[in-house]
Amino acid sequence: MGETITVTVNGTAHTAEVEPRTLLVHFLREQLNLTGTHIGCDTSTCGCCTVHLDGDAVLSCSTLAVQCDGREVRTVEGLQAADGTLHPIQQAFHENHGLQCGYCTPGMMMAAVGIIEQQPNATDEEIRDALEGNLCRCTGYQNIVASIRAAADQMARS
Amino acid sequence: MAVDYTTQATGGIGDAVLRKEDRKFVTGEGRYVDDLKLPGMLHAAFVRSPFGHARITSIDASAALALPGVHAVLTNESLPVETGVLSASNPGGDVRHPEQAILAKEIARYVGEPVAMVIADDRYLARDGADLVHVEYDPLPVVVDAEKALEDGAPLVHAEYDSNLVKTLEHVTDGFDDAMAKAAKVIKLRVDNQRLTPSAMETRGCIGDWQEATGEVTLYTSTQVAHFVRTFVSIVCGTSEAKVRVVTPDVGGGFGAKLNTYREEFAVCAASHAVGHPVKWIEDRTEAGVATIHGRAQVQYYEVGVTDEGKIVALKFDAVQNNGAYNMLLTPSISHLTLFMVPGLYDIQDISIRIRQAFTNTTPTDAYRGAGRPEATHGIERLMDAIADDLGIDAAEVRRRNFIKPEQFPYSSATGLIYDSGSYDANLDAALELSDYAGFEARRAESEAKGKYRGIGLSTYVEVCGLAPSAVTAALGIGAPGWEHSTVRLHPTGKATVITGTSPHGQGHATSWSQITQTELGIPFEDVEVIHGDTAFQPYGLGTYGSRSLAVGGIALYRSLGKVREKARELAAHLLECSIDDLEWTGTAWQVKGSPDRSKTIQELAYAGWTSASLPEGIEPVLEATTFHDPPNFTFPSGTHVCEVEIDPETGRIEILKYTAVDDCGNVINPLIVDGQVHGGIIQGLGQALFEETVYAEDGQMLTPTFVEYLVPSAADVPEMTLSRTTTPSPSNPLGVKGIGEAGTIGASAAIVNAAVDALSGLGVRHIEMPMQPARIWNVIQEAKS
Repeated sequence: MGETITVTVNGTAHTAEVEPRTLLVHFLREQLNLTGTHIGCDTSTCGCCTVHLDGDAVLSCSTLAVQCDGREVRTVEGLQAADGTLHPIQQAFHENHGLQCGYCTPGMMMAAVGIIEQQPNATDEEIRDALEGNLCRCTGYQNIVASIRAAADQMARS
Repeated sequence: MAVDYTTQATGGIGDAVLRKEDRKFVTGEGRYVDDLKLPGMLHAAFVRSPFGHARITSIDASAALALPGVHAVLTNESLPVETGVLSASNPGGDVRHPEQAILAKEIARYVGEPVAMVIADDRYLARDGADLVHVEYDPLPVVVDAEKALEDGAPLVHAEYDSNLVKTLEHVTDGFDDAMAKAAKVIKLRVDNQRLTPSAMETRGCIGDWQEATGEVTLYTSTQVAHFVRTFVSIVCGTSEAKVRVVTPDVGGGFGAKLNTYREEFAVCAASHAVGHPVKWIEDRTEAGVATIHGRAQVQYYEVGVTDEGKIVALKFDAVQNNGAYNMLLTPSISHLTLFMVPGLYDIQDISIRIRQAFTNTTPTDAYRGAGRPEATHGIERLMDAIADDLGIDAAEVRRRNFIKPEQFPYSSATGLIYDSGSYDANLDAALELSDYAGFEARRAESEAKGKYRGIGLSTYVEVCGLAPSAVTAALGIGAPGWEHSTVRLHPTGKATVITGTSPHGQGHATSWSQITQTELGIPFEDVEVIHGDTAFQPYGLGTYGSRSLAVGGIALYRSLGKVREKARELAAHLLECSIDDLEWTGTAWQVKGSPDRSKTIQELAYAGWTSASLPEGIEPVLEATTFHDPPNFTFPSGTHVCEVEIDPETGRIEILKYTAVDDCGNVINPLIVDGQVHGGIIQGLGQALFEETVYAEDGQMLTPTFVEYLVPSAADVPEMTLSRTTTPSPSNPLGVKGIGEAGTIGASAAIVNAAVDALSGLGVRHIEMPMQPARIWNVIQEAKS
């Protein structure tokens, strides 16, 4: 039967009943209707479902919703400012053509924010290595790496 | 109207304008099919065959049906659909096209073939239910290899035929035998173009919604070809095409895998009819490995006759194409694209081609980025290096000696195409310069000093794009045309709606189509809205594939814009009380020649056309125009790619040190988008060259269904690329555009393999098959040394 959990998502506390087996990604998408977080595989390989849990980038397809009880989750919907101003990573993906079909993009950006926070001065090679768990089939990654570099520069300046 | 790139305002043709699509995707507001919820919606999961070939002896759904939340278990017998999956593709008219039931009928012919469908309250319960359906199978003999499938005595995939042969494509020129007999030397090469899994990041998915009261069916599906799907849903489900609406939400990549009409799309419609609720199905990634089409899977045998100087005098190509267990929408046509492009961009007039297509107990193959053309390019580009190596001629020089020259255009190929334009030497020159080809030997010596092998590889390609003139699709027996539709509608406020039959899934048509509209009609970029992928809005659209969107759909748009502009001219002349010949187009307005104070902007004319207060005689209200554009010819983008690699003999790992691509896609609408297409295309070609291979065990088991076994390149695996362009405008269309969606993939794999073979050529290595994973390279090195 269901368990009651309280999870703070993008600053708002949600109390809900979930099955113990419910994955965080399904909780976000199906119960909270936060559909910006996507599912691209079922082997924890593609990174499409990357969100932040207590500030760390995690795969929401490999995290149970019940594990998030009492914790804070940030999704792509929580990146932009309240006034609609895009987060530097969002702006950088736009300005550097870092996305095509857009499907991997939310997970890619959430991973990228994690990379920038941990390695603000990462080289291109370090960005590429850190991005290994996020697959994109459209862009060939060149403009994604450029986007992350641009966002890192912007975030360092601000 | 000629395009002048020097005078465009921001947002027009030729500008690197940022995409208007982006904001919804970076904020998480994209709407893919799995993001949609309908009232009362149920969820489907499929029970799939675990055997490559087996008779289904019984299906027991009682345990599944006893599970609370499970609404129905459907099988071939209970699914309310008579007809099976159709194929549009019947080249030559004598292709074998066996029945493909929506759910397997008596026999399953590949691992993953759907056998039963469980409908439940949510996706977890549907999966639970599927696990409780008990199916008894009686295994049958299996064949997965296409060459073995064509041998006498091979297990028959379809017992109603006397062999596994689907179709033989043959094309031999009259002078072939004589020409080959005169060759100074004949060089042979076998190339295995391995099976690939397309792997769009969004798997397939669909929602069927059958309204019982009206008989209307709405299908939301992740597709590249909404109208094809509608036509086939209406036929398969036995309902009027006019009652079927197919809606394409945002699509997370396709690469040809969503250029199809799949069993699951029909099944969710039929299931919705059966249970009286909307039914959603979302493919798992592991499921996608067997349920969505594969690409390539072609084994090629080349024999080339050359002069002592390396000039090709005759070319023989004999290939076997693995079609899989059934023909999908275009399966038999894919190797026809290979046939077209066998000679590549070389002047070869004596040619012999045979391609035999075989049924096997595997997932069907069909279009995957490039679709038949990467196979042709990879083979001929490997062959050019074999010729160079055999005769001791430089790889660039042997290509140059065989290129079709600029003065030969329009060029009639030995396979029946008319190449429109190109400058293959210019591509090669630019790429050699950018890659410092001349300085390579010094760099090779540097690597040797470190104990590593360094190599450089070329790939020069031409592709046939802009699919397709309808006369050609008809001649090939494809029961569908190749034209495209557009409608341009100006609103009273002067804003524009563009309705296009193309169906973008990452290509940025909303942006590019807005740029064309700004340049041709003077409506600002930001005032243009582009609608696509919904059959309720379009008369018919053929969709997006085959690098056709701009060269066919973009021209349909260009022509509609011209019609609107000319109608506006008549209206302007009427309002300004002058002759249309007295007016000139300023880019945003019609004005009386030499009188800037006497003019009407396009927005003023849109309002005047709508109010209709004063219209010229015979002119209908409203500025709106529709075009169905059938292209007079294909387009022929070309290019040269150069790859430089270093191989570590200890590990067999190939590192790409430098990748240079010079592409000629004709005139460019948006350089940012073109570069993005080339980047992504190259990395898909790189994936085939280095990592990707869809593998079946001999008993038909699929060994690479997930991203754990099937290695899609990551950012850490791929190089920074250097891109450049040459431009020979296509004379076949007024914008001079050619197409760029598949170029990267078509050019890349041979450049990378040629570089690796070159690196190991000192060891006597002459050929390496793909994918060149470290273990394979390590073994190649060990064998060469022993």
